[in-house]
Formats: sequence, C-alpha cells, structure tokens
Amino acid sequence: MSSTAHRVRRPPIVLLVAGVAAIALLALPLVGLVARVSWSTLGSDLTSPAARDALRLSLVCSLWATGLSVVLGLPLAWLLARTEFRGKSVVRAVTVLPLVLPPVVGGVALLLAFGRDGILGRPLFDWFGIQFTFATAGVVLAETFVAMPFLIVTVEAGLQVMDVRFEEVASSLGAGRWATFRLVTVPMISSSLIAGIALTWARALGEFGATITFAGDIQGRTQTLPLAVYLALEGNERVAVALSFLLLVVSFAVLVALRGRWLGAVRR
Amino acid sequence: MTLVADVDVRLDGFHEDLHLEVADGEVVAVLGPNGAGKTTLLRTLAGVLPLDAGRIVLDDLVLDDPARGLLVPADRRPCALVYQDHLLFPHLDALANVAFGPRRHGRSKAEAAAIASDWLERLDVADVAHQRPGSLSGGQSQRVALARALATAPRLLLLDEPMAALDVTQRTAVRALLRDHVVRSGTSCVLVTHDPLDAAALADTLVLVDAGRLVQRGGPSEVARRPASPWVARLLGVNLLQGRVHGRWFDLGAGLAVPVSGQSDGERWATLAHRSVVVTPPAVGTGGGPGPTDGSGVRWSTRVVSVQPTGDRVLLGLEYPVGLTADVPAVGLSGARWTEGMSVQVSIDASGLDLFEPPAV
Repeated sequence: MSSTAHRVRRPPIVLLVAGVAAIALLALPLVGLVARVSWSTLGSDLTSPAARDALRLSLVCSLWATGLSVVLGLPLAWLLARTEFRGKSVVRAVTVLPLVLPPVVGGVALLLAFGRDGILGRPLFDWFGIQFTFATAGVVLAETFVAMPFLIVTVEAGLQVMDVRFEEVASSLGAGRWATFRLVTVPMISSSLIAGIALTWARALGEFGATITFAGDIQGRTQTLPLAVYLALEGNERVAVALSFLLLVVSFAVLVALRGRWLGAVRR
Repeated sequence: MTLVADVDVRLDGFHEDLHLEVADGEVVAVLGPNGAGKTTLLRTLAGVLPLDAGRIVLDDLVLDDPARGLLVPADRRPCALVYQDHLLFPHLDALANVAFGPRRHGRSKAEAAAIASDWLERLDVADVAHQRPGSLSGGQSQRVALARALATAPRLLLLDEPMAALDVTQRTAVRALLRDHVVRSGTSCVLVTHDPLDAAALADTLVLVDAGRLVQRGGPSEVARRPASPWVARLLGVNLLQGRVHGRWFDLGAGLAVPVSGQSDGERWATLAHRSVVVTPPAVGTGGGPGPTDGSGVRWSTRVVSVQPTGDRVLLGLEYPVGLTADVPAVGLSGARWTEGMSVQVSIDASGLDLFEPPAV
C-alpha cells in the first residue's frame, strides 16, 4: 500500500530531467554573472561618470515612462474593462502588440512615426522644434511604448475581477462617475495597479532595442543602463558586469516586492 | 411622495415587464423565486440599469423615460441601494463607508463624520466605527451597509435581502429600526426578500413576481388569505388546498373530502396555516396504510415524507392524498420522535376553512 503511494508521488524521470535542465538554464547565467562581479571595484565602477550618467538617465526615463503609462494606460484599461465600443478588439490587439513585437521593430516604427522624417515627427519638429530622436524625450517615448502594455493588461485584469456593483453602490450614494472612479475603483484595484506599475517600471528600466534604434546612444542624453552595459562590454567588461549586477539586483527587488501577489498566489 | 414605475427591461433573454407603485412612507416587499427579476427591478429604480421601455416617475420628477430620452443617473436620484452582500468599500473603515454618501452630497468632512457616527450608533455598531469591513462579522457588515444607505437620507430606500446576514435577534432589532425610521421620516422603501417574516413584519404591501411578471399585489394578510397561485402560498408559508365543491363537500381529490356549507358548486381554494394541521403518531399497531381512512371526515392517515427541524418545532412534509406541510412540536405526544416514512394520523378543522374562488388564469 505505502509503496504504491510512494510510486505515485515520484515524478516521471523525463519530466524530472527536463525540469532540472530548465532551472539550470535559467539559473547558471545568473550564477556566472554574480561570480564575475569584481566586488573590490564595484563601488568605483558604478560611480564612474559614464555609469552615473547612465544610472541617472535610466531612473529619470523609466520613472517618466511609468508615470506616462499610468496617466494614459489606466484610463485606457478602464475603457477596455468597463465600456463597449466599436473596434474594441482591434484596440485591445494594438494594446498588447508591443508585448510580442521585437523591440527593435518597435524602435523602427517609432522612428518612422516620430523621427525627424516621421509622419508626426516632421510637423512636430518643423512647427514646434520638438525632436525625439537623440533626445531624452525619445528614450521616454520608446520605454513607454514598450512598457505601457504591462500596466494596461494588469490593471484591466484587476478591473475585470472587481465586482462592478461596488461602483453601482457608490453612484447610488451620490458619487458621480469621476468620483466613483477616483474614490472606489482605483483604491479597490490598487494591488493590480501597484503590480502593473512595478512591472512597467522594470520593463522600462531594461528597455534596450527600441531605445537604441529610436533614440540612439548618447552618453548623458539617451544612453540608459542597458545601453551602457552593451557599450562597456566591448571596452571594459568589468564595468559591464558591475552594471549588469546592478540591474539584476533591481529586478530581484521588483520580484520580492511582488511576491505577495504572484509567489503567494502560486502557493495558494 | 409617490413612485410610479413601469419597468420594461430585457437582459440576456430575460424580459421583465411590471408595474410598481409605492406611496409616501410605504414599504413594498417584492417577493419571488430566484431569477424572478427582483434585483433587476431594484437596479432600474436605483438608476444603475436603464429601462428599455416604460417610465419611472418619482413625484413629478421623471427618472427614466427611454421614449423621451430622459435618464437621471444613479448619483442624482434620491435613492439608496443596499445589496444583500452589503458591498462595503474594503479600503474604508466603517465610519468612512457611512460618511461616503454625506460627503458626496456636499457635507463637510466633520459633518459627514458626525452623521456617520450617529447612524452607526443607531444601528448599534458604533464600536466598529474604525474597523475595516474585512474584520466585521456578517451581521455588523449588514448593519453598517444599512447605516451607509440611511445616512444619505434617501427618499426611496432600495433594499435587496437586507436581513440575509443577520441572526434572529438582530433581524428583529433591525426590522424594528427600519420600520421606525420609515414611519418617522416618510421614506418609501422597496424591499426585496424571500423571507415572508421580513415581508410580514415590514411591508404594507406585498408584490409577488415570477419570471419578470407581476403575480399578485396586496396587503400581507390579504395575500396570505387569498394567494394567487400555489407558489405564492408556498412562499408565504401556508398550505393551499385546491379542490372542487360538490353540494356539501369540498372534494380535495383522491377520495378525500371535507364538509362545507353555504358554497355553490365549482373550483375552490382554501389556505391552511402550517400549525392548523394536527398530526398525531398512531398508537402502535393501529397505523393504516397511506390514504383516507375516513372519506367522510377530516381525519386520515398518511406517512411523513420529510422532516425539517426549526428549533423547538418541526416541519413535516405530508404527501398523500394532498400535499401539506404541518408545523408541530419537535417532540410529539407520548414522546415520539418524527421520522421519515412514519405512519401518522392527520386532522384538520374544516369549519375554519375560508374557501375562495381561484383566480382566473
């Protein structure tokens, strides 16, 4: 009896081998990275002028991109979750496309739209002198393009799960639609919103392909951390490792911050 | 104030079409089976579900009139809606939940908090004012939800099963409070329930709906005395005898007839309270099989088909020859315990039957 129960519990050998291979594939590169960190020079590597510029720029741009994603993405998520309109499926497809689109393609598309010769970029430059390419604003635009879908998808899922009768009760208590959104809807989806913000920020921080394609690689202006890592790898590998390690720590921190939401949900 | 509503809505193949009137200070209880459209009715009155056709008028204010393109949104209607699962805002404590309405109606923070404290006090939940809904019991949540609705001083109170989460003593207290509030403030109230006790204790008028249609409307005692259909009788917790008068007999079918007088021949119904059905376990060895033992009388023997305890009493389901429910003491005469399949003697007092002609279908 007990041996039967034991045999049922033991996983099939094929699954076990594949599973171990999978975790090795995911973990070994990280181990390799951490093993190569030069701890004695880590401080100075991360505070060199180029690294400091990249760090500052990455923070500024990713925070701007996250802010823009909330300001624009939260309303769009609400519209997708709470209203019916013609072409909604097309809008939803456009919303999630950047999630699957190669970032370089996103960069090319941004270039053709907002570049100096782009359909929007040319009038913007000709009439207002606004230029995105080779400018920090371009980095923000590229990061927003790539990261905002994370916010929209996460928040929309939260809105779908929320019982709309809370909003009905709020309106019957005298709250108009805007007050209901502000005072009931947003607080009630706050955990989705926070998760969406964390994911969006992490994605924006790591953005590489669209940024380098659209905004270029200028130190202090468009050279964010991932770009600095890529550049340093060709000259000073130690700095590249140090910057990579920093990004790894940040990513890990985001994961820890979200553990209540995901790791906890898996455990349940 | 008078509410006159012709409600006509279609939802996923469900069509609700009924007329409702509520007078100043009147409590109308809407009863019906699940899926009858009771909650849908409340949602149209509250303004969270627009009508497809018809009209809702409160005094001389048109709230909804699709034909004329008029719709007053929920937040500008003098109505407050309470759902049965209370739906307190989880991110606000009890006090802030109750203050939400007054704040939206333009009261200052301090005024709203004072109003909210007052209502929590009146509903006997002042002690949980600073707790979040997550830590409240079902009864506390329900009372906070009622306080939240009443704090907006609505002219029309819309309650969806407001007592569902309360225990018996709480129910009595909240019923009394609601009754008192309604009488004193002149608030009108539409109360959706499937508890006939709630309806009887609170309502001036019962409205019975089924499948989106009005089945019967009337005062509680009137409806209980003259139910318009077997399920109305079931819902109100009374037996309905359906039969036909032949001369001096009220024939209930299956050979069972009850003597009557002064009735012309024809179809008749009569109600019979659960407690008016007398059931006695027969002495051992004398129990006959199911069926009438005395076709000329009002006593027969049958078997118990279901036993449902209700505290110190028991509801017995009796199937043959007529389906009856009897409300009897939990322990019968001579200490016998009721069991399914038990042979019993049933008797009813025929002289107390109030026969009426069934409604024309």
